[in-house]
Amino acid sequence: MKQFFYTLTTLTSHWRRRPGQFAALFVGLAVATALWSGVAALNDQARRSYDRAAGALGLGGSPSLVAASGGFFAQDAFIALRRAGWKVSPILEGTIRLGDKSYRLLGVEPLTLPKISSNKMPEGDDLNDFLGPPGRALIAPQTLRALGLTEGATPTISEADRLPPLAIARDLAPGMVVVDIGAAQRLLHRPGRLSRLLLAEEPTADAPTLESVIGETLRRVEADEAPELAKLTESFHLNLTAFGLLAYVVGLFIAHASFGLAFEQRLPIIRTLRAIGASLRALSLALVAELTLLALLAGAAGMAGGYLIAAALLPNMAASLEGLYGAELDGALGLAPSWWLSGIGMALIGAAIAAASGLVKTLRLPVLAIAQPFAWREAQRHWLYRQAALAVLALMGAAAALLFGEGMEAGFASMAGLLLGAALALPLPLAAMLRLGERRARGPLAKWFFADALQQLPGLSLALMALLLALSTNIGVGSMVEGFRRTFTQWLDERLVAEIYFEAASDKDAQRITAWLSHREDVAAVLPLCKAKTAIRSTPGSSWPVEIVGAPPHETFSAHFPLLEAHADAWNSIARGDSALISEQHARRLRLALGSTLEIPTPTGDWRVEIVGIYPDYGAAKGQLRVDHDALSSRWPDARRLDYMLRARSETAPEIMLALQAEFGAGVARIIDQAALKQRSTDIFERTFAVTAALDALTLVVSAIALFASLTTLAAARVPQLAPLWAAGVSRRSLALLELARVTLFAGATALVSVPLGLALAYDLVAIVNVRAFGWRLPFHIFPSQWLEVFALALLTAALAALLPIRRLARIAPASLLAVFANER
Amino acid sequence: MSVISAPARDAAVEGALLRVTGLSKSYLGPQGPLPVLRGVDLTLGAGESLALMGESGSGKSTLLHLVAGLDHADGGAIHIDDAEVTKLDDEGRAALRRKTLGVVFQQFNLVPSLTVGDNLSLQARLAGRYDRDWRDALAERLGLSALLDRYPEQLSGGQQQRVAVGRALAPRPRLLLADEPTGNLDEATGDAVLNLLLELSATAGAAVLMVTHSARLAARLDRRATLAGGRLAP
Repeated sequence: MKQFFYTLTTLTSHWRRRPGQFAALFVGLAVATALWSGVAALNDQARRSYDRAAGALGLGGSPSLVAASGGFFAQDAFIALRRAGWKVSPILEGTIRLGDKSYRLLGVEPLTLPKISSNKMPEGDDLNDFLGPPGRALIAPQTLRALGLTEGATPTISEADRLPPLAIARDLAPGMVVVDIGAAQRLLHRPGRLSRLLLAEEPTADAPTLESVIGETLRRVEADEAPELAKLTESFHLNLTAFGLLAYVVGLFIAHASFGLAFEQRLPIIRTLRAIGASLRALSLALVAELTLLALLAGAAGMAGGYLIAAALLPNMAASLEGLYGAELDGALGLAPSWWLSGIGMALIGAAIAAASGLVKTLRLPVLAIAQPFAWREAQRHWLYRQAALAVLALMGAAAALLFGEGMEAGFASMAGLLLGAALALPLPLAAMLRLGERRARGPLAKWFFADALQQLPGLSLALMALLLALSTNIGVGSMVEGFRRTFTQWLDERLVAEIYFEAASDKDAQRITAWLSHREDVAAVLPLCKAKTAIRSTPGSSWPVEIVGAPPHETFSAHFPLLEAHADAWNSIARGDSALISEQHARRLRLALGSTLEIPTPTGDWRVEIVGIYPDYGAAKGQLRVDHDALSSRWPDARRLDYMLRARSETAPEIMLALQAEFGAGVARIIDQAALKQRSTDIFERTFAVTAALDALTLVVSAIALFASLTTLAAARVPQLAPLWAAGVSRRSLALLELARVTLFAGATALVSVPLGLALAYDLVAIVNVRAFGWRLPFHIFPSQWLEVFALALLTAALAALLPIRRLARIAPASLLAVFANER
Repeated sequence: MSVISAPARDAAVEGALLRVTGLSKSYLGPQGPLPVLRGVDLTLGAGESLALMGESGSGKSTLLHLVAGLDHADGGAIHIDDAEVTKLDDEGRAALRRKTLGVVFQQFNLVPSLTVGDNLSLQARLAGRYDRDWRDALAERLGLSALLDRYPEQLSGGQQQRVAVGRALAPRPRLLLADEPTGNLDEATGDAVLNLLLELSATAGAAVLMVTHSARLAARLDRRATLAGGRLAP
C-alpha cells in the first residue's frame, strides 16, 4: 500500500511542477464531458417532456380505440362498449388558444380512466371539484406561470367560452390543459363527439368482440404507436447527439495530446521509480488511480459546465422544437441521476481512451529502453504509419456506410468515418509538404525551419487534427445552414403570397367574417383553407400522421405555390378532386413519386388520389397533402374550416386587418400579415440553428484550447532545440518569429485541407443526413467567402494559441538558453 | 576467469553477499547476436567494495544492470543473499531493488518534480523503511540540509549526485550499485562525492559495486576487477 501511495504521489508531483499541462489535460476532459453532458441534458429534458406529454394521463401507455377512418366519432360507441363490458374511457382532444399561444386541451372522464392515469387525477373533494360545476382545468405549474395567471383564474378562450377555474397538477406535461370530458366537448364545440377510447383493461375472453358491438367504426391502436412526437423529433435529437459526440471527440483529442506529452515527460520519473524498486504492478495501479482521479475531477467540472451549456441553450431548443414540431418543453432544466452517471461515465471512458495508448506504451517499454531519449518519439513515428492505416480503414468504413447503409444513422456513420479518416491522415500531407519545403529550401535557416517543423509534427499532430475537425465542421455546417437560409427565404417568398392570414374563432364567426369580407371592395379574394388530420399507413403496422389541407382553385396557388416537380396540368387535376400534392418529406417517407396513387382514410370511406406534384415544406416535420377545398370538405364533415387567406393590395392590408378586428373582436382568433408571418418563420429557423451554431462555435474554441495546450507543453521542450541556433547568432526575436511562422504554416495547411473535407461534410449533411432526418433535400451551395473566413479563423486561432509560448520564448533569459549547454553531457 | 584465486573461492563464495556465476549476455546487432558478457563469475562480501573497470562497451554497465535486475541475462546466475535474481519475476526484482539494493546512476536520475527532501526519502518510503533521523543524518553528512526544499533543477551537478547517493543509502541497502557516479562531475567534486559514498556505505553496512573508468578512483575501493572480451580479469 505504501509502495502504491508513494508511487502515486511521485507521479502526481509532476503536475504540481507543470500546472499548465495539468490545466490542458483537465480542460480537455472537462470540455469534452461538458459538451457531451450538455447535449445529453437537453435531449433528456426533451424526452422527459415528450414522455410526460404522452404519458400524462396514460394516453401513450394504454392501447386505445380510434375512428377507423380518422377524426372524431360519436360517444354512443363509448356507451355501447361499456354496456358490453369493455373497460374503456372516453377522451376528446383539441387545441385552444390562450393569449397568443395554442394549448392542447384534453377532455377526460376520471372515473373510468386506466389506473395509471387515474393516479394522476384529483381525489376526494378535488375530484368533486373537477367534475363540477364549474369544474376545474388542470394545468402544469410552469404553464400557469407562463400564462401569468394564478390558480382559480378562468381565462377566456373565445368570445363565449371560458375555461373552468385553473388548478395546478404537478405531473402534467407543459402546454396541456385537462378538463372533464363534458367541458371539453363544450369548449371545443364537439358535442357528443370523442377522439379516442382508452382501453383501461383488456376485454375478458367472454366479452363480445369490438366488431359485434360497434361494427367497423373503430380500430385498435397499440400503445407504442402513439408517441408520434418522439418519432418526429427523433432525428432532431440524433442531430444534436452527433454534434455532442463530435465536440466530445475534439475534447478527447486535447486530453490525448496532453496525456501523450505527460507520459513522454514523465518517462525519466517512471524509469527512476522502476530502478529504485517500484514494481510494475504498483506503477500500473498508480497510473490508473491517477487517471481515475483526474477523470472524476474533470468529469465533475465538465458536468457543471454541461449544465450551464444546457441551461443556456434550452430556450432556443425549446423554441425550435415548439416551432417545428409543436412540442412544448419544460423550461426548467431537471437532471436525472442517469444523467450524472452517464456524464461521469463518459469522462472515465474518455480519460481511458485518451490515455490508453500512452499507458500501454509506458508499461510495455522495458525499464532500460525508457531511459533512451526520444524512445517515445520513435514510437510515435511508428504510430503515424499505423494511424495512416487506421485512416484508410475509417475512410473505407465511411464509403461502406454511404453505399450500403440506410437511415440517418448510416449518414452520420459515413460522416464520422470521413472526419476520423481525414483527421488521422492529416499528418501525412503535412509531412509531405514539409519534406518538399526542406528539399526546396536554399538557406540553412530555411532548411532548419522545415526539418525542425517536421520533427515537431508528431507532437502537434493531435492538436492539428482537432483543429481540422473543428474547421471542416465549421465549413460543412456553415454551408448547410447558409444554403438552407437562402432556400428557406426564397421558399417563404413564394409560399407566403397572400397579404393577410387569419383564423376565425368558430365556424359561426367564419361565416360572419367571410360574408362581411365579400362586401369589401379592397379585398380581391377570400381563400378558405380546410384542414383535416389522419394517418397514412407506410408499412404494415406503421403509419405516419398527415395533415390534409384543402384550398380552392385560385391563381394564388397555381401561379405561386412552389413545387419541386409536378405534372403539367397538376392544378386542374386537383380542382377535379381526384389528385393531390404531397410534401417532399412525406413523399420520401411513403416512397411516393409523381403518378403514384394514395388511399387516404376519411370518415366517409377511403379516398383514392393521384400524386400530381411534390412540394417543399420546410415549415413542418409532419407530412402534408394538399387537395381541393370542396373535395376535402365533402369527405370530412368534421374538418377544420377556420383558416383563411386574403388577397388584397398590400398597402390596404393594415386597414383591412384593423377593420376586421374592430368588427369581430374575439371572433378573429388570429390575424397576421405576410411580413409578420415571414418574420415569425425566419425566427423559428434562426432559433433552430442557434443550438447548432453554438455547438459549432464551442467546438472551434475547444480546438483552439487543444492547440494552445500542445504549444504550451511543447514550449519547454523547444528550448534545447533552439539554443544552438541562438548560440550560432539567431536572435531570440527571430527565433520567436520563426516559431510563429511554423505554427501559422501548420494552421494554414490544416485550413487548406479543411476546405474539401468541409465541402464533403456539407454534401453529406445536405444530400444524406437532412434528407433522412427531415425529408428535405436542399440545393448544394458553396460559399468561397466562408472558406476565407475559416482560413482567417484558423490563422487567428493558431496565432492566439501560439502567442503566450512565443512571447515567453522571445523574452527567455539567456541563462536559460545557456543552461542547455551547461547540462550537456 | 574469476577475480579470486580458485582455492580461496569456495570459502569466499560461502559467505558472499553477491555471487555471479557464468553470467552471459548478448545484444542483437546488425550482424546478428553480439556477445557482451561471456560467462562472468564474481563474488562480493558484505561490506566489501569492488571497482569494476574496463573500456567503453566492455559490458560494465550491462553487468551492473543485470545485478540490479534491470535487464535479463541469457545464461548464468546471480545470487544476492539467498535470492537468485535471475529467477525472480518482475515483482521480486522490484522488491529486491527496493529493499536490498541502492542504485546510483551517472545521470543522477532524480525526480525533477520532487524536492530534495522528498527525493532523499523516496526509496526508503517505497521500501517501507523510512527513518527520519537517518535521512536527516544523511542530508547533513552530504551537505544537503539547507537544500531540502529545493528542486533538483536548482542544484549543481555535484549536489544532485549527492542527493542520488543519499536516496540510494536511505533505506540502508545491503549492496550499493554505482554506475560511473562521478562521471559527470569535475575531479574535486567527484572525489568529494566518492568519499561520501564510501564513508556512508560503510556506516550503513552496505557493500559497494562501482563501475568506473578512473584507475585513480578505483584505487580507493577494496578490490578492482576489469572486464575485457566479455570476461573478468583480476
